[in-house]
Amino acid sequence: MLAVENIVKRFGDHVALDGVSMEVPKGRIFGLLGPNGAGKTTLIRIITRITGPDSGRVLLNGAPMTATDVEHMGYLPEERGLYKKMKVGEQALYLARLKGMGKQDATTQLKEWFERWEMSGWWNKKVEELSKGMAQKVQFITTVLHRPQLLILDEPFSGFDPINAELIRTEIMRMSAEGVTVMLSTHNMGSVEELCEHIALIDKSKVVLHGSVKDIRKQFSNATYKVEFLGSAVSFADALAFHGELLDPKQDGQICSARVRLLHGATLNNVLAATLPVAQILGVHEEVPSMHEIFIRAVSDRDPAQVAMGVTE
Amino acid sequence: MGKIRLIIWREFITRVRKPSFLIMTILGPLLLVGGVTLVVFLGMQEGGIQNIVVIDKAHLLTNKLKETDDLKFFYEHADISDSVFKASPYTSMIEVNPLVLENNTIQIFYKSLPSLSTQNYVSSQIESVLEREKLRVSNVDPETYQKIKTALKIQLFDIDKQGKRSYDQIKAGIGFGFGYLIFFFIFLYGVQVMRGVMEEKQNRVVEVLISSVKPFQLMMGKIVGVAMVGLTQFLLWVFLTLTLGFVGMGLAKDSISASAVQDAAPQVTTQLQNQMGGQAAKFEADGDSAEQLGVMMAIWDELPVTWILVLFLFYFLGGYLLYSSLFAAMGAAVDSETDTQQFMLPITVPMIIAVFIAQTAVYNPDGPAVFWCSIIPFTAPVVMMVRIATGNAFEHIGELALSMVLLIATFIFTTWLAGRIYRTGILMYGKKVTWKELGKWLFYKG
Repeated sequence: MLAVENIVKRFGDHVALDGVSMEVPKGRIFGLLGPNGAGKTTLIRIITRITGPDSGRVLLNGAPMTATDVEHMGYLPEERGLYKKMKVGEQALYLARLKGMGKQDATTQLKEWFERWEMSGWWNKKVEELSKGMAQKVQFITTVLHRPQLLILDEPFSGFDPINAELIRTEIMRMSAEGVTVMLSTHNMGSVEELCEHIALIDKSKVVLHGSVKDIRKQFSNATYKVEFLGSAVSFADALAFHGELLDPKQDGQICSARVRLLHGATLNNVLAATLPVAQILGVHEEVPSMHEIFIRAVSDRDPAQVAMGVTE
Repeated sequence: MGKIRLIIWREFITRVRKPSFLIMTILGPLLLVGGVTLVVFLGMQEGGIQNIVVIDKAHLLTNKLKETDDLKFFYEHADISDSVFKASPYTSMIEVNPLVLENNTIQIFYKSLPSLSTQNYVSSQIESVLEREKLRVSNVDPETYQKIKTALKIQLFDIDKQGKRSYDQIKAGIGFGFGYLIFFFIFLYGVQVMRGVMEEKQNRVVEVLISSVKPFQLMMGKIVGVAMVGLTQFLLWVFLTLTLGFVGMGLAKDSISASAVQDAAPQVTTQLQNQMGGQAAKFEADGDSAEQLGVMMAIWDELPVTWILVLFLFYFLGGYLLYSSLFAAMGAAVDSETDTQQFMLPITVPMIIAVFIAQTAVYNPDGPAVFWCSIIPFTAPVVMMVRIATGNAFEHIGELALSMVLLIATFIFTTWLAGRIYRTGILMYGKKVTWKELGKWLFYKG
């Protein structure tokens, strides 16, 4: 759907994006992650054609993007707002028409949305009379009203209470199910885990991680398993031998719970085969790193060797 | 194009719908015409009949002052004490001292201040009586006196326009008026453009907008929309002022003729002038006022009215486009109004210089400063109006053309320049912007 190829963007001496490439699969929710100042907003502004890249290109469905493509894009910027003195309905209509919608069509659609979200009474109110959350709802509607094929949301949940955040989340998932490609930029790792199937992590102007959440988790897994068994920790550790290492064992009577880290290319099968004679296994499951952990590890312990090892693939 | 029309429409309609626009539109001409009419009227009208007692111990004035409907004279030949005057129905008391023929001074004591027109009337009445008395004492024939009495008039002629009186200075004054109007409008609406840009930036609505339209479209839409507000307001002002002006003049005429009819025919002219108050009283009743009218007609005939209006619109729009794009760039570069100070000065200084030069152009339209400032695009909209009104610009049509072409070229350039600062500035928050920084923005790639 959307592909970014080798984008470079400089502001004076500062390199904001340094050879950034990524692919956003069609109809999926894609997370764009990165610490503040990493270049996420610049990348989004290039995709939304607010600014142009110094070099590199943006492809939409395989073809270089053109100016009219923005009409099929919905963009909710992080720095967002509305005209305070304008009436809600009039303003929503204005923004929709700037996206190329006809007056009639836009009015009908808007009325529908306003009814669905139970805000019909707001139509003739001025934006300054609304609460922050209410204004955010209006803002979200104006972002998606023209049925964009590509939806770019920068910190969409900020400013919402949990109930309205849930409303937005449901809406994002519904649109994704209808085939809309969603690019989500956020610091909220919880919502990344919940929503995103693919992510890219940008740090210091470069893509550090890119791929499906499942694959990335695998990359970052420590090959560590949580194990519960009947038997003694000492004999279990002995039986493990060179297949693995027993960590934090906790003996509670007959039952022991511990973590096992595999050593040198050993598999879970090796571990089980070695330990079955001395213990009765009650349960085993893999310890999966959270996105939060991955984010922190990728950004703070980032050493060039690890990047070169193909995390960017 | 459709989108830019939408932007223009929004900019236009949100401003025109504001109560302040309506108030300004109605209040502007009302204040102008109403204020003037009110002052003239209040000056003319007296609250009730004035009964003036003249203490004329020397019997100089007794029964020689003409009365009107609202102004009655009574004569006494001995002093009246203050308390008697206070208790009397007289509204004012004129003390004519016996030496009045030498010192030309009288004293008026009043209960409430007599209006300017009353004062003028009394003054002119007493003046003519005293003059006649002086002529009699000096044994001068009044006819001889009329011949001797000199009121010098200067008639100006342009050597190139033989046989025609020149009213260049008055025309230059009119030109300056138009120039000043351009200055006023550029500022009024330039600042509105700046405010509008800052509002969008502060509201954070700007990034939402420029994901749909190009920053340049947004900027131009705003500039054109505000220009339309300006033109609308200007046209409404012209229309309302003319309407109110005619109504006001009609009212004034009615009240003058009503009181004038009462008097005998020969007095009508003096009567009228006295009613009109100070400025009319300056002219003698010998046909000068007719000449004034003639001068006005001549000026009107000579003024290139159509061209003035056409070129006024051109220079207004050209100057406005030039400056408002700079105002827009400034609004985009800063975070709050207090930060505008450092950028405001370089924009305002040329405008103020222009007004000063235009002022000197009224007296010296051929000076080098006027020439240069009418060519340089930053001052031309104001200064060239003076040269257009005097007709000077049409004698040097090449200079006029150069000035116009330069203005167009410059506003295209400043708009381009402003567009580059604008598109970077509107997305830049929390950064104290310097001139160097602005310079860098010009070279950022689209």
